[in-house]
Amino acid sequence: MSSLPDSPRRTALDATHRTLGATMTDFAGWDMPLRYGSEREEHVAVRTRAGLFDLSHMGEITLTGPQAAEALDFALVGNLSSVAVGRARYTMICDADGGILDDLIVYRLADQTYLVVANASNAQTVLDALTERAAGFDAAVRDDRDDYALLAVQGPESSGILKSLTDADLDGLKYYAGLPGTVAGVQALIARTGYTGEDGFELFVAPGDAETLWQALTEAGAPVGLIPCGLSCRDTLRLEAGMPLYGNELTTATTPFDAGLGRVVKFEKTTNGGRFVGREPLEGAAKRAAEAPPRKLVGLIATGRRVPRAGFSVVAADGTVIGEVTSGAPSPTLGKPIAMAYVDAEHAAPGTEGVAVDIRGTHEPYEVVALPFYKRER
Amino acid sequence: MSNPQQLRYSKEHEWLSAAADGVSTVGITEHAAGALGDVVFVQLPEVGAEVTAGEPCGELESTKSVSDLYAPVTGEITEVNQDVVDDPSLVNTAPFEGGWLFKVKISDEPDDLLSADEYTAFTES
Repeated sequence: MSSLPDSPRRTALDATHRTLGATMTDFAGWDMPLRYGSEREEHVAVRTRAGLFDLSHMGEITLTGPQAAEALDFALVGNLSSVAVGRARYTMICDADGGILDDLIVYRLADQTYLVVANASNAQTVLDALTERAAGFDAAVRDDRDDYALLAVQGPESSGILKSLTDADLDGLKYYAGLPGTVAGVQALIARTGYTGEDGFELFVAPGDAETLWQALTEAGAPVGLIPCGLSCRDTLRLEAGMPLYGNELTTATTPFDAGLGRVVKFEKTTNGGRFVGREPLEGAAKRAAEAPPRKLVGLIATGRRVPRAGFSVVAADGTVIGEVTSGAPSPTLGKPIAMAYVDAEHAAPGTEGVAVDIRGTHEPYEVVALPFYKRER
Repeated sequence: MSNPQQLRYSKEHEWLSAAADGVSTVGITEHAAGALGDVVFVQLPEVGAEVTAGEPCGELESTKSVSDLYAPVTGEITEVNQDVVDDPSLVNTAPFEGGWLFKVKISDEPDDLLSADEYTAFTES
């Protein structure tokens, strides 16, 4: 890539965001919309109506070939060969020590074709790791980051909005499934996925079609209250939904078991004799987590109004540090500050008394709860 | 965005009304409120507290961050806006009016307070 680190990349919708008066922010080397107006209103729109996001910073990598499935089973912790064509899987890529390199959504587009979607901040790492790990397999790894723009429509009205623009069978499209289709005349991969805790769709399209699709969705959604939404509300939406964020809850110092997401690690793989990168250390992490979990990822709800932030200490009644906040924000839905935190197992049970967060020297009382904070009614 | 002409401004983005009986009203500017995003919590100094120009006297918390609130002048707090404590969004919706923060009886003021035009130029530079 020719762009310098100090010149952030711009998505195909950059001019649109500026026309809409978005407050932009540098996110993982991309100039992205943080919010267009009030981030609380954007959050509420997604919870109650619909929101439109530009997520073109996400990194797309395609694997193709007779051994694409075997290569992914070896490279990732999940069992990707068992994913049916047209379905998607939430999974992770770990380093040889079992530390998380990134969390991913992998779509099986065809028997021998997978689309891996990585976080923008980790896309190069994931591309490099996949390229290296797939080397012994009859599979090609392709960097498709510049070939896709990604738009998301999220919220209870999203299905109705999309239906007005496509003939694709959305009712037959399950959560974590994707199918090719035409939306507003634009060729798209239509996926029923998201990062908000609501029903919604992610639309992978050619960058040259992004503007057409954005305008069509904006017009189709306007009558039911769809508004453009930035990354700020995306963060509070995913936090309420208890979804981890790479760099906060997930790091290379964390295994999936430490993050309470051990279920994504599949030891019972049928390919490659069960071998995959990180297997042995992950078996150890699984054993430790089952016998004596060091810390657990929990939810915290404030009784006061001061907001915990990533890095703040969680303390017991006697002031002992018992954990650390990984994400925190005022929750528009709950009307109170909330946080995710890694807390020592003995203090991690919901309802544990005396737990507080050290907010700039003051120990503010917090209630320990199970995640998520918010679950939509189905 | 226009900054009211009758107010004076600090480089920390507070506004200060003309003093009546030595007491001025203080808030944060629309520029500052816009940069913060939705304000969700304000912590104000206590009535009777002595504040010092240029030093933190409270905090403003938004979705993304917490920011110190600086006293634009030195003096004694005579009143705080309970409405903005109860509904911090007033800082965003009416920063120069209903979103005022506190009143202060001025004992000393710094010599670098800005006029509206100077503050506008400051924020655009």
